Amino acid sequence: MRINTFFYTLKQGFRNIFRNKLFSLASIATIAACLFLFGIFYAIVANFQHIVKNAEEGVSVWVFFDEGIEDIRIQQIGDMIAKRPEVAKMDFISAEEAWEGFRDEYLGEYGDGFTENPLENSANYQVYLNDVSMQSALVTYLESIDGVRMVNRSELVATTLTGVNALIAYVSVGIIAILLAVSIFLISNTVAIGISVRKEEINIMKYIGATDFFVRSPFVVEGIMIGLIGASLPLGFIYAIYNVVLTYVTDRFPQLSSLLSFVGVEEVFNVLVPVSLGLGVGIGFLGSIVTVRRHLRV
Amino acid sequence: MAVKKKRKGPVVANEIITLTNVSKAYSTGAPALKDVNLHISRGEFVFIVGDSGSGKSTLIKLLLRELTVTSGYISVMGYDLSKIKHRKIPKFRRNLGIVFQDFRLLKDRNVYENVAFAQRIIQKSNKEIKKNVPSILAIVGLAGKYKAKPRQLSGGEQQRVALARALVNQPTILLADEPTGNLDPKNSWEIMKLLEQINENGTTVIVVTHNREIVNAMQKRVVTLRRGVIISDEEKGGYIDED
Ligand SMILES: Nc1ncnc2c1ncn2[C@@H]1O[C@H](COP(=O)(O)OP(=O)(O)O)[C@@H](O)[C@H]1O
Ligand SMILES: [Mg+2]
Repeated sequence: MRINTFFYTLKQGFRNIFRNKLFSLASIATIAACLFLFGIFYAIVANFQHIVKNAEEGVSVWVFFDEGIEDIRIQQIGDMIAKRPEVAKMDFISAEEAWEGFRDEYLGEYGDGFTENPLENSANYQVYLNDVSMQSALVTYLESIDGVRMVNRSELVATTLTGVNALIAYVSVGIIAILLAVSIFLISNTVAIGISVRKEEINIMKYIGATDFFVRSPFVVEGIMIGLIGASLPLGFIYAIYNVVLTYVTDRFPQLSSLLSFVGVEEVFNVLVPVSLGLGVGIGFLGSIVTVRRHLRV
Repeated sequence: MAVKKKRKGPVVANEIITLTNVSKAYSTGAPALKDVNLHISRGEFVFIVGDSGSGKSTLIKLLLRELTVTSGYISVMGYDLSKIKHRKIPKFRRNLGIVFQDFRLLKDRNVYENVAFAQRIIQKSNKEIKKNVPSILAIVGLAGKYKAKPRQLSGGEQQRVALARALVNQPTILLADEPTGNLDPKNSWEIMKLLEQINENGTTVIVVTHNREIVNAMQKRVVTLRRGVIISDEEKGGYIDED
């Protein structure tokens, strides 16, 4: 392509946007609305997952040993547990530490009267999981290890969190499906308007001997610009309201503030910006290609 | 004379348009063209006349490869139009200038841009465009109006813009489908005179028209269609009335 033609194409693409203001606005609004919903939804899911992940990280399993077990065996058991893939992290709590923790928490100064450790057999491994849904499998394995007396766990928390995870997955799929259907519907409508607006122009170009590429290029430039604008608007808006909403939620539900830990706006936008811009450009590109293609058969 | 045999392709070297036994049927109704044979040489000026619905526009559309024939052979400037590939059509059309009754200008662009548009499509440089567009606008008598938008122009002026656009790429053939159909007699004559002038400069000109007075006065070749059939093809012909 001649450099001259390249600039002409760019210029026409930009002019097209202003030439059919109504069509451009409708397209931008459609893309912006879809990507706004997508952005909000993504921000909610990201925060939900973050909260659940945090809660999961707090879930642990306690492994207690047979009475009179040797330290070397405790060491061996520790190595075996550490090799398991579902284990994220583990701590060894000696009997002394267990007692001190218990005493400080529940007895306060009354605990000073004890001269011997009443929790002599309470040395344990505190094991944290990667994924709570693997808890029961791990427990079965732990209980089978020679030298393990008892495994304690919180079944309820694990099943609840597993359930929440599944729920997030279902809801995500459902909402994405609805969003897709809505955007396809809206975009096919705006494309139909675009076709009627452009029909004559495309015909004239073809009569004069324009190649398909030449006819298509300005429309593609226009589509991509509309996509970019349509994607930028909701991004800017979500960026502006993100922290406001988080502050509101923490103020509104102070009792939950220990549980709720939110994802920073930067972290959300690291994903949201490229995905939204990509979707915007993609929708604009495809929309314009489809619009023009039907009329290139002249 | 040699033995007459069914010919395919040009007979003489300077034959530029050849139709051999061409028929065209739309999906509905009777065929729009039936068994048409037509030979036009480089540099000719030809009127196509006939009643409304006789197939004149269909013939023009076949010549610019907007439509393809149902049967028969059609060749324009050496292109076999029933075989030409989709991606070759633009190159083919760049040798044609096309003018319609309804002008078909880009309404949101001024006169200059409407004409320059044709040059941009064939990738002329800005320098050439700045030279060619004003000179063609001067030829059609619109030098002073290059900034006007189509809606600010009279019908005659709009048709001149369309003509300038058709001519700026120096086409080998000019096809005009009722170019004066929407114009008053004075403007009609002026457009026809322009077409004649273009023809004198070497362009083959084919004009579909209903204008009896002009056809009779200009003494050009006249091809008359009736219900899709050529009923008359005369050098220095006249407008044939309905029976
Ligand atoms: N797109 C079309 N579909 C079906 N029939 C058509 C179409 N275009 C033209 N015709 C028919 O073909 C015949 C010739 O039409 P046309 O070539 O436009 O005639 P003219 O230009 O001489 O008035 C008419 O009977 C017309 O109704
Ligand atoms: Mg007609």
